[in-house]
Amino acid sequence: MLLRLEDVRRTFGGVRAVDGVRFEVSAGEVHGLIGPNGAGKTTLLNLVSGLIRADGGAISLDGRRIDRLASHRIAALGITRTYQNIRLFPALTAADNVLVGEHLRRRDPLWKRMLFLPSVRSEERAARATALDLLARVGLSERAGWRAANLSYGEQRRVEIARALASEPRVLLLDEPTAGMNPAEVTSIAALIRNLARGGHSVLLVEHNVKLVMDVCERITVLDFGKVIADGVPAAIARDPAVVAAYLGGDR
Amino acid sequence: MNLESLRDLWLTYQSTVAFIGLNGLLALSVYTTLACGQLSLGQAGFMALGGYTGAILTFHSALPYPVVLAAAALVPALLAVPLGFPVLRLKGVFLAIATIGFGEVVRIFFVNLEFTNGALGLTAVPQRTRVWMIYAALGVALFVLWRLRGSRAGYALEAIREDEPAARTMGIHADAYKLAMLVLGAALAGLAGALEVHFTFMVAPSTYSFARVVEMLVYAVVGGTAIFFGPAVGAAFLTLLPEVLREVGSRVGLQPGPLRPFVNGLVLLLVILFLPDGIVSLPRRLHRALAGRGAAAHAP
Repeated sequence: MLLRLEDVRRTFGGVRAVDGVRFEVSAGEVHGLIGPNGAGKTTLLNLVSGLIRADGGAISLDGRRIDRLASHRIAALGITRTYQNIRLFPALTAADNVLVGEHLRRRDPLWKRMLFLPSVRSEERAARATALDLLARVGLSERAGWRAANLSYGEQRRVEIARALASEPRVLLLDEPTAGMNPAEVTSIAALIRNLARGGHSVLLVEHNVKLVMDVCERITVLDFGKVIADGVPAAIARDPAVVAAYLGGDR
Repeated sequence: MNLESLRDLWLTYQSTVAFIGLNGLLALSVYTTLACGQLSLGQAGFMALGGYTGAILTFHSALPYPVVLAAAALVPALLAVPLGFPVLRLKGVFLAIATIGFGEVVRIFFVNLEFTNGALGLTAVPQRTRVWMIYAALGVALFVLWRLRGSRAGYALEAIREDEPAARTMGIHADAYKLAMLVLGAALAGLAGALEVHFTFMVAPSTYSFARVVEMLVYAVVGGTAIFFGPAVGAAFLTLLPEVLREVGSRVGLQPGPLRPFVNGLVLLLVILFLPDGIVSLPRRLHRALAGRGAAAHAP
């Protein structure tokens, strides 16, 4: 198993936001994480990416515990993410945002740049070319020079995905990547996610668009009030009475 | 104009020219931390450490001046490391207050240090600074900041300034970068401190008050902090302004007095009100105004 969560717990002032969650994501798998608002999905992504600490339980990547590591260490081990409430660097251009994402992959040391060594020049050119390739991959070639703040909502989400991909992560955490997108954009994001999985990336997808989740995910974990109420293949999840009850309301 | 009068002109304005450079260095030292979104106001403290280190070495050793200057940059830089660990965990106004505290602690330390004559300080420091040295230092500082921009590290700094948690989850070791910039700023302030002391013949704690930091910050803000040379431009502008006002004032027959500081403050206010990105944004703004607003609205 690539990413493993065991009995992960986190409370916020007495509210059990994440309460004993366990599930696993294997290499090259698209794993859906769904649940009603406030179920703890974003909290879980914040725990995995190290922005907040778990109160208990274990999160491991490739058998290595990561739940006590700083976020930049977790990113270096191969987990990057996007944000539900878009966190691009607004003053930077789309291309520069993706360049920042290449931070972990680039090696060009500063002293070489100070000395104008030609090797740095070519590395920088390669880094920019990679950024433009990634923007092309999310269909934003013509927006490369635009400031992130001037892009549309859907475009900003796509730049975020390109930025998260720039470090060639093993696990990509996507927090509602299609929120605010039009149907055509959603279709292209679905294709992109399938493509990533074929390329060996694992994707943990938090999403409200149930159709998208059912279409692209191989496994789905359903959260409600911080607890896992179902875990399985999409067809089984769609029939699960606990899931139906959580989404439509009813006796629990 | 003959050589004689050129020399007279230089002697008259030498000090202004020197202070344009010194204030430029100080403004850049504030900029280093602003570049990653940190408002550190301990620069006067670092400057004091540099100034005193320089003066003490000049009085008590036979070290060549470049070595003295290197030591004056190194001492505050080394002190910035243990200071940075606890202090850089603070954000915004709390960081500002903590670093002001550091600056005051340094100043009061020197007020009470009998070895350096307490509050009176040391006078008759040999004048070892030549104006070209100040500009050499400023040139090196500008060069480093210029090469930093657009590098991997430069992008990391911009990312930290824009959104620190997001930068961290991109694998950027934000704490290390913030500490490095604090250390760089301390070194620049220390270097400027030593250069100043060996130019003005004296070192005293009163030079390193909180007002001095505010001055540096105003240089940086007026010049513009979006680009590395902005603070140096601001320092040049605000150092020259009173001189120009005095010259113009005496030509049109204005008596020196309350009017000059008033005009000085007015210019400052106008820049902050109408050029929030600083003086360096003026050419771009003029260009946009001439090109028409519609075309610029969606420009990158």
